[in-house]
Amino acid sequence: MAKISKEEVKHVAHLARLAITEEEAEKFAEQLGKITDFAEQLNELDTTNVEPTSHVLPLVNVLREDVAKEGLPLEKVMLNVKEQEEGQIKVPSIME
Amino acid sequence: MTVFERTSAQLQESLKSGELTIAELTKEAFDRIEKLDGDVQAFLALNKEQATAKAAELDKVPFEERGPLFGMPIGVKDNIVTEGLETTCASKILEGFMPIYDATIVKKLRDAGMVTVGKLNMDEFAMGSSNENSAYKTTKNPWNLSHVPGGSSGASAAAVAAGEVPFSLGSDTGGSIRQPAAYCGVVGMKPTYGRVSRFGLVAFASSLDQIGPITRNVTDNALLLEAISGVDEMDSTSADVPVPNYAAALDGNIKGLKIAVPKEFLGEGVGEAAKQSVLDALEVLKGLGATVEEVSLPHSKYALAAYYILSSSEASSNLSRFDGIRYGYRSENAKNLLELYKQSRAEGFGDEVKRRIMLGTYSLSAGTYDAYYKKAQQARTLIKADYDKVFENYDVIIGPTAPTPAFAIGANIDDPMTMYANDILTIPINLAGVPAISIPCGFENDLPLGLQIIGKHFDEETLYRVAYAYEQNTDFNTKTPALWEVK
Repeated sequence: MAKISKEEVKHVAHLARLAITEEEAEKFAEQLGKITDFAEQLNELDTTNVEPTSHVLPLVNVLREDVAKEGLPLEKVMLNVKEQEEGQIKVPSIME
Repeated sequence: MTVFERTSAQLQESLKSGELTIAELTKEAFDRIEKLDGDVQAFLALNKEQATAKAAELDKVPFEERGPLFGMPIGVKDNIVTEGLETTCASKILEGFMPIYDATIVKKLRDAGMVTVGKLNMDEFAMGSSNENSAYKTTKNPWNLSHVPGGSSGASAAAVAAGEVPFSLGSDTGGSIRQPAAYCGVVGMKPTYGRVSRFGLVAFASSLDQIGPITRNVTDNALLLEAISGVDEMDSTSADVPVPNYAAALDGNIKGLKIAVPKEFLGEGVGEAAKQSVLDALEVLKGLGATVEEVSLPHSKYALAAYYILSSSEASSNLSRFDGIRYGYRSENAKNLLELYKQSRAEGFGDEVKRRIMLGTYSLSAGTYDAYYKKAQQARTLIKADYDKVFENYDVIIGPTAPTPAFAIGANIDDPMTMYANDILTIPINLAGVPAISIPCGFENDLPLGLQIIGKHFDEETLYRVAYAYEQNTDFNTKTPALWEVK
């Protein structure tokens, strides 16, 4: 597998919504390269017709009656919000 | 001397006879924390005022209304939310975060009459195996303060080993309860996936995470697991499987028990002392009527790679909730919304967390998904099948919990691969979702070693039975570190 380039790292950082510096991009390129090199050993495994496991136990849908329940009170919901006004959460402008 | 040398059953006797009150027990925890935690550095937040008031209230409850854990002090890992008590996951991104509800297990502790004394340090978002990845402090191993307590539930194990609290809760995604329990010479159980509700556990890797108890002896561990187990309507992955009376299984009888010892667990990289302590333990169990045979778990070597891809992928998704808007750290340097996300996360998360978010995002992104994520899930299927096959013919699997005793602080931190290798004996267990317990089984250079007993899905009962039989016939769990005898 090809090494991970600095440009790829920057793209992944954008997808992950992480601001990174040039220095960090270089460091991550090297470290992620090492880890993915290590992960290459999985290619030794013949996984033809092997089902992927996302959960070890058989998961079943959990259903309940669709009845309204009391939600959290507004003051609790807003307890950890840094910027707010009249019960609304404030964020910086979305469009330039 | 501290009353925390006693088991909870003995402490209940002391409460009944009037020798002790719950207020005094609670005070003992805070006194010991005050004297010892400057060295051990286990606690991130203390709940002194509320705990003290709660203890006085509990003292008024009639004895016939009390259960076996009533009035017992407990410390809680800081990735479990506690209403009104700061919860940070040892990350800057959650500095000052006040949960607005209790985790289901925190409610269960309250129902059992336990007293939460504070929140315990960890590797940031449970990513690490030394507690060196905490954004706040590095917890020390009570047996030797220049060594790590293990991780990520390092402080949960250290606080119990130092006798600051007799009980704690940890969480285990790839060994995070068992490895620190081994390093600190205490008993730590990772239950079957789904045994304990994860509602209110800040998620790292949702298909692997499981909460479990850490204690000084097997009986107390069994009592605490029973108290926190069970299906929960708030966690759709919690299992609707009846919770047995674990303590009732502790009769010391293991005649006819079939033990499997995987050759991979005693192979290359496992230290001589750790190996010998396991072989000695097997002799003890044989003497009690168990049979021991060697088996193979041929896909063990692939567990680490599969784990890092799967856990990081799940983490990259779970940690996307930290956006700087509804809670947690918010950057003041952002001009627009996209920058707010990027800056808040860049300034709030530590290096290891960022590395795993990057690895996870990469594994899940277009063009690499099949090569990494799907391949790792298929490897997981093969690893789980190894365990299923062994458990067709055996009751338990036994090996060391860790290849060495606790390493020195700073010893490995520069090389991520070395740190990862430390997890090799514990990770496959999470991938297979089976339960496993670590109990003290020896020492190397005055640092504890752990014996790991692994069981079938939802068969914690057998693990406790074996662990108890071993504990009754050895004295490792009665040993305490030198700092225990604080004046």
